[in-house]
Amino acid sequence: MESFLLQAFVYLVAAVVAVPVANRLGLGSVLGYLIAGVVIGPLLGVVGAETQDLQAYAEFGVVMMLFLIGLELEPKALWNMRVRLLGLGGMQVAVTTGLITAAAMAFGLYWSVALAVGLVFSLSSTAIVLQTLGEKGLIRTDGGQASFSVLLAQDIAVIPMLALIPLLAAPELMGANWGGGISDIRFTAGGGGSILEGQPGWIVTLVVLGSVAVIVLGGHYLTRPMFRFLALAKLPEIFTAGALLMVIGIALLMTLVGLSPALGTFLAGVVLANSEYRHELEADIEPFKGLLLGLFFITVGAGINFAILFENVFFILGLTIGMMLVKGLVLFGLAKAFKIRGAAGWLFTLGLAQAGEFGFVLLSFTTQNDVIPVGLGQTLQLVVTLSMLLTPALFIFHERVLANKVDTDKAEDDEIDQAGPVIIAGLGRFGQVVNRMLLSNGHKTVVLDYRNDLISGLRNFGVTAYFGDPSRPDMLLAAGIREAKVIIVAIDDQEKAVEIVEYVAREHPHVHIVARANDRQHVYKLYSAGARDIVRELFDSSIRAGRYALLALGHHPFDAERASRRYVKQDRHNLALLARLWDPDLTPLENEPYAAKAREINQEINEAMMKAQSPDNAGAERAWTPPPKGGKVSDDEDRQGTAAE
Amino acid sequence: MAPIENKVLVLFAHPAQRRSEVNVHMARVAEWVPGVTVVDLYAEYPNLDIDVETEQARLRDHDVLVFLHPLYWYSTPAILKEWQDLVLEYGFAYGSGGTALHGKTFFSALTAGGPEAAYRAEGYNHFPLRQLLAPLEQTASLCGMTWLPPFVLHSARRAKEEGRIEAHLDAWEHLLEAVVHGRLDLATLREAETLNGVLDVAVQGG
Ligand SMILES: Cc1cc2nc3c(=O)[nH]c(=O)nc-3n(C[C@H](O)[C@H](O)[C@H](O)COP(=O)(O)O)c2cc1C
Repeated sequence: MESFLLQAFVYLVAAVVAVPVANRLGLGSVLGYLIAGVVIGPLLGVVGAETQDLQAYAEFGVVMMLFLIGLELEPKALWNMRVRLLGLGGMQVAVTTGLITAAAMAFGLYWSVALAVGLVFSLSSTAIVLQTLGEKGLIRTDGGQASFSVLLAQDIAVIPMLALIPLLAAPELMGANWGGGISDIRFTAGGGGSILEGQPGWIVTLVVLGSVAVIVLGGHYLTRPMFRFLALAKLPEIFTAGALLMVIGIALLMTLVGLSPALGTFLAGVVLANSEYRHELEADIEPFKGLLLGLFFITVGAGINFAILFENVFFILGLTIGMMLVKGLVLFGLAKAFKIRGAAGWLFTLGLAQAGEFGFVLLSFTTQNDVIPVGLGQTLQLVVTLSMLLTPALFIFHERVLANKVDTDKAEDDEIDQAGPVIIAGLGRFGQVVNRMLLSNGHKTVVLDYRNDLISGLRNFGVTAYFGDPSRPDMLLAAGIREAKVIIVAIDDQEKAVEIVEYVAREHPHVHIVARANDRQHVYKLYSAGARDIVRELFDSSIRAGRYALLALGHHPFDAERASRRYVKQDRHNLALLARLWDPDLTPLENEPYAAKAREINQEINEAMMKAQSPDNAGAERAWTPPPKGGKVSDDEDRQGTAAE
Repeated sequence: MAPIENKVLVLFAHPAQRRSEVNVHMARVAEWVPGVTVVDLYAEYPNLDIDVETEQARLRDHDVLVFLHPLYWYSTPAILKEWQDLVLEYGFAYGSGGTALHGKTFFSALTAGGPEAAYRAEGYNHFPLRQLLAPLEQTASLCGMTWLPPFVLHSARRAKEEGRIEAHLDAWEHLLEAVVHGRLDLATLREAETLNGVLDVAVQGG
């Protein structure tokens, strides 16, 4: 227990110190974690061999990340990406593998070893690149999208690679049954073996296809009742537990049948991308993913074997730079071929030039299978690590030097702006009307509500809404508050509405807030929380009722319309005056300026009432007033009047 | 009773009817004439949110179109302009296929604060009324309608005190009846300054 606490303490201290500093310096969190790892590992030696075990757990962060990525990608979007996935991604893997294999053979490696090296280096780091793109808000840009397709293609390509590698083992080491190749696949170093060990190939295939079907069908049909059931508990942590259970369950199933858990959870994410629980799942899993990925990067930093590095500094550095050059050239060529221009092309080229965490996985797998000798494996591991260490530097280079020179990114920024959705918090009768109105005018909305039955009911009528408590900041982040333009705070709960307004006004001042208020007091609170478009929920309907009454009393419809508009204007004006004077810490009676203004307004209203009730009221309104009878309209009038008579 | 030859559509526009001394009464009178439909535009569209379909259907259904309104800044009140801008669409009122109004008749019935003498070159309004109404005349022409000079009450703000309103309302009622029953000789009327003076001459057998 004590040693566990100590370990956790050391890692957390390292992260808490290094990451903010790195971020401050503009290096990004990934480099911060890596440096933290180097400091506590090789440099200070406070952590040792156990980092390798930890890494096995930490890699689960990658699994979660792919789940989250899947959640953001609807199946349709995935289908639309197919050209880039297969073309761009497939070409990247194939060409890079080919070139590096050739280079390795030129160094005198046997072809099967060389091919294994090529495969290891063809992969890039999903964890670093996506994390960095996400932090810098570049995911939706052209370059970000291209990078994403390639990373996804690589993640998928890992599966056939894992199947292929055992075949590359020196022939005398190969088992008689090649199906055993698949059965040995492990994603996490600590994971268990597959239940399919020693089964004939067709059974393996069947089971594999079956599990994919389980994920797709289960994701589609089972999650809804499950989460509905969990929502009954009305305890947020139970929901989190359920979300974790699902991700871990899928990973377990995938490991058992010998597939990549990352791919399995990615698939589950895609299946759930249309679900009403999407944003809630995102908000629940996100912190785990962040921490685990951070831990993963720390272990990478801590695992650097400086002894081997210093023995062959120049050789290893040379290899690293050579490898990154080859990868970069391939990416550059592909960017040209696929017309990814300007800053986007450079982002793509520089961002993906490293080797990645899947490289580690392949490396440990290849050494286990005796495809690559242990000594070479260690050297290669250093190369992968160094290239990952260099990546944040390349991103910084791109940001500081290239992105400014090539100004095509400006237009992309606008595009994100355009796509910025409207978030509607609360789907009661109020939110529903707002939602329908925005949708019918062609705007995208993200609707959040924590009433599960309501959402399921409305889903039957084709309303897209998500389950989740909109007063939780992480929920709003998952719903895309960063890119949103407008938020409609339409929930019943007055206190929570004020909380949301406070949070959004403070943290996301670019978002325009429209808030639903209950009564005047609530208006004041929302106003001091930072809302400016405040709508009293019963105000407009009462006005309409008043207008109907005026009509029934014989007022001309146009007069009634104008009278109600005048009333609205006056009342809102007075309310705004009072809202500015209101003080949350004082009662209206203690607040002297407020009380004085309120009395003044009352007086005005009384005077207006007296005037309206007087008999010659017809002339009271100042609109379309003809000149007074007998009054002159022109100076020429008298002179000409007689002349013309 | 004579048969109805022309169905008349009176579009009435007055934004401050509580204060009106002439126009509201003209609208009331028109409502009682068989064959005449009166539409109070400000009552029907208090938001100025004019329903184009309804209005076009009304036009198709009538033979004579009348704008009934006080003269505001030498023109119509705003809603009549809005009505023209929205209802007289390409393909309906003009342009290719826009023949819905062909052969119909149009005139204005308006009240003006200024005296007749002011609407002369030497008067303080400098232009004859007919000239000021040129945009309407040309609109009618583009839409293939026969334009008639306006039916006018001058010095409308003094009419009540001077006891001229009753006579004007009678003349207005006779004019509408004559139009409905096809007793007007349009050819004679087209050249007149206003419809007021020529009424007795032009009404055949009236
Ligand atoms: C906004 C406004 C503009 C007016 N412009 C004119 C004008 O240009 N020429 C004119 O002779 N009278 C003008 N008048 C006077 C009106 O024509 C006159 O008040 C109206 O015809 C009286 O009819 P009613 O009693 O039915 O309202 C104007 C009146 C108002 C209120």
